[in-house]
Amino acid sequence: MNYKAFMIKYAEIGTKGKNRYKFEDVLISRIKEHIEPYGEFAIRKDYGRIYLETKSDYDYDDVINELKKVFGIIGICPIVVEENTDFEAIKAKSIEYMGQRYGNQSLSFKVYARRSDKSYPMQSMEINSEIGHYLLEEYSNYRVDVHTPEVLLTIEIRDNVYIYSEIIRGAGGLPVGTNGKAMLLLSGGIDSPVAGYMISKRGVELEAVYFNAPPYTSERAKQKVIDLARIVSGYSGKIKLHIVNFTDIQLAIYEKCPHDELTIIMRRYMMKIAQHLAKENDCQALITGESIGQVASQTMQSLYCTNEVCDMPVFRPCIGMDKQDIIDISEKIDTYETSILPYEDCCTIFVAKHPVTKPRLDIIKRSEEKLTDVIDELMKTAIDTVEVVIAQKE
Amino acid sequence: MEVYFDNAATTKIIPEVRDIMLETIDEEYGNPSSMHIKGVGAERYVKNAKDQISKQLKCDSKEITFTSGGTESNNLALIGMARANCRAGKHIITTPIEHASVYNPILFLQDEGYDITFTPVNEKGIVDIEQLKKQFTNETIIVSVMAVNNEIGAIEPIQEVADAIKEYNKENGTNILFHVDAVQAFGKCVIYPKRIGIDAMSMSGHKIHGPKGSGALFVDSKVKIKPIIYGGGQEKGLRSGTENTAAIAGMGKACEIMYKRLDDNIASMQKVKERLINGALEIEGVTDNSGEAPHIASLSFEGVRSEVLLHALEDKGICVSAGSACSSNHPAISGVLKSIGLKKELLESTLRFSFCEYNTIEEADYVVEALKELLPMLRKYTRR
Repeated sequence: MNYKAFMIKYAEIGTKGKNRYKFEDVLISRIKEHIEPYGEFAIRKDYGRIYLETKSDYDYDDVINELKKVFGIIGICPIVVEENTDFEAIKAKSIEYMGQRYGNQSLSFKVYARRSDKSYPMQSMEINSEIGHYLLEEYSNYRVDVHTPEVLLTIEIRDNVYIYSEIIRGAGGLPVGTNGKAMLLLSGGIDSPVAGYMISKRGVELEAVYFNAPPYTSERAKQKVIDLARIVSGYSGKIKLHIVNFTDIQLAIYEKCPHDELTIIMRRYMMKIAQHLAKENDCQALITGESIGQVASQTMQSLYCTNEVCDMPVFRPCIGMDKQDIIDISEKIDTYETSILPYEDCCTIFVAKHPVTKPRLDIIKRSEEKLTDVIDELMKTAIDTVEVVIAQKE
Repeated sequence: MEVYFDNAATTKIIPEVRDIMLETIDEEYGNPSSMHIKGVGAERYVKNAKDQISKQLKCDSKEITFTSGGTESNNLALIGMARANCRAGKHIITTPIEHASVYNPILFLQDEGYDITFTPVNEKGIVDIEQLKKQFTNETIIVSVMAVNNEIGAIEPIQEVADAIKEYNKENGTNILFHVDAVQAFGKCVIYPKRIGIDAMSMSGHKIHGPKGSGALFVDSKVKIKPIIYGGGQEKGLRSGTENTAAIAGMGKACEIMYKRLDDNIASMQKVKERLINGALEIEGVTDNSGEAPHIASLSFEGVRSEVLLHALEDKGICVSAGSACSSNHPAISGVLKSIGLKKELLESTLRFSFCEYNTIEEADYVVEALKELLPMLRKYTRR
């Protein structure tokens, strides 16, 4: 079937009181950005719904796939529109729609009519039974089931009549741009892209920071992170990716601090730099992919030590998730295949054979004192030499 | 300074090769099978390339089949000969140091029910002829030994292997076929398959300044072989598919030029190789694993991971390989280095430097200087 229009349903933003219009406008902008490359569309809003009309040829699958990536959309209904609200016109259109969509296959159905204009000469129940009657007459293999129908034919009578029977599930969440901006610590792993996706889903715009350690990590490892940012940007919108050269800091820590504390100290400096970049770029929070107990640097004691350097909120949406649950999401959002490419990142290269799993903050701080002479200068250089890449869908 | 010491992975296309490729793209773009003038024009490039290669191998041009590269040539030779000769037996002998494009087709044949024997190599990566002779049986149909190893540059005793096979065949009335993967030897040394007694020999274009996607297989006219790709019957039915005229013409031209300059090329690569090895050996904790091939040096650097050293060199404009570039897609520890008995701690600390005639002594010196500067620094940060 060749649909000329879609009705887009959104849930939570319907409840945002006076801010509702702002949210709707943001959602409309996001939808426009996503589907722009796929054709010409007209978008308008009307009583808690957004209508998308196609003004040119378009590929149905491409557009649906793209709409499924827009946060804030809960359902996408391919609809047919009848401008004439007379009952006869509705009846004809309903019969035509069902025939085109399902033919005379064996199915159970129910008609569900709604009037937003209560002065309409027929009541909803009356419309239901009349249309149902005509459909049974027209298609011999149809039968009515008002409790669990296979097809729910919805007829909405507003300024126009909208007829549909399918709701394609959307991504849910809130439109990006309605909830501020956060800085994602993006490694090449499985967890951090998922963390970015999850927070972005709550309407948060993303920036990202990656810690590069040439020559200990390769150009391919960096490219992999850029690719991951690009995949996530397919949902979140474009991501400003800050690439920090972390080698000298890492070497200084390696040289001067106890080896079993390397990862913790390293992560504390990563958080410090990330927070600095976050503030410089008007972000209100940090995001990491940490999950309690997954590795030595993510035990409760380690998280306590790394968190201590931050004064802005740190969001860790994977914190209570098992690895498999995180993998499931990464497969769903299509980052998994890229995440598992086998390039070393800066966390794996210098890892100690037996890192501390229960670091004590006072001991870590004492170890860090050994860096006093050099660390300010190294941090400044790292921040001054940041390379910025804009990751966005091609 | 930019130094490309990874010529065993691939080489740069030279201008003469590029020019002839452009002719086939811009002007003679016809299908060599077409009956009209454009087809005839394109066919001429294919015939010409065949002549250029067969002349250097001293074989008949009908014995050359063009393929998409060394990998396809190896697959066609092994699978094609195994299938065509399976009534004579189902035993294949090869070495543990073959390239993945020989090793994996052989594993495939093992799944198909063939028996495989891996004949051992010594600490220099050279096949042990006496051991090999003991492994021939009345069931043996193929022996596959590479001419030059791609990771360490060991030159295999191809003539001795061929002689041993000939002798066994004569005494036992068998018909064991000899396949040689000559991808790293073609264009780098003289090799006459028919005189040596090779039945099938694989070659690649892009290792000798030709284009990627070009390859050839020599098959002696008396050898039975089946195609692995079926279609329109091009290349006498052995390799169907419209001929890739640009790649074929490029490979033919590259072959002609490489053999014309062969002696000078060998001398010049040899000098660069020796300069690099001698310079590197002055540094503490460096081991040389190189074979005799003029274009490949394999060095191990104690206490440094090859990937890290590789990227540190890259930072100075120097391109080299860790082990072999083809195996870096799945960075398992090199089977070749293991086979030659390299110490465990050096397996992950080995780099391959490979040369072409455009490399210079100055480049070798620059690399040695870079190693002298980098190694002490990188060793300081060895994983403890």
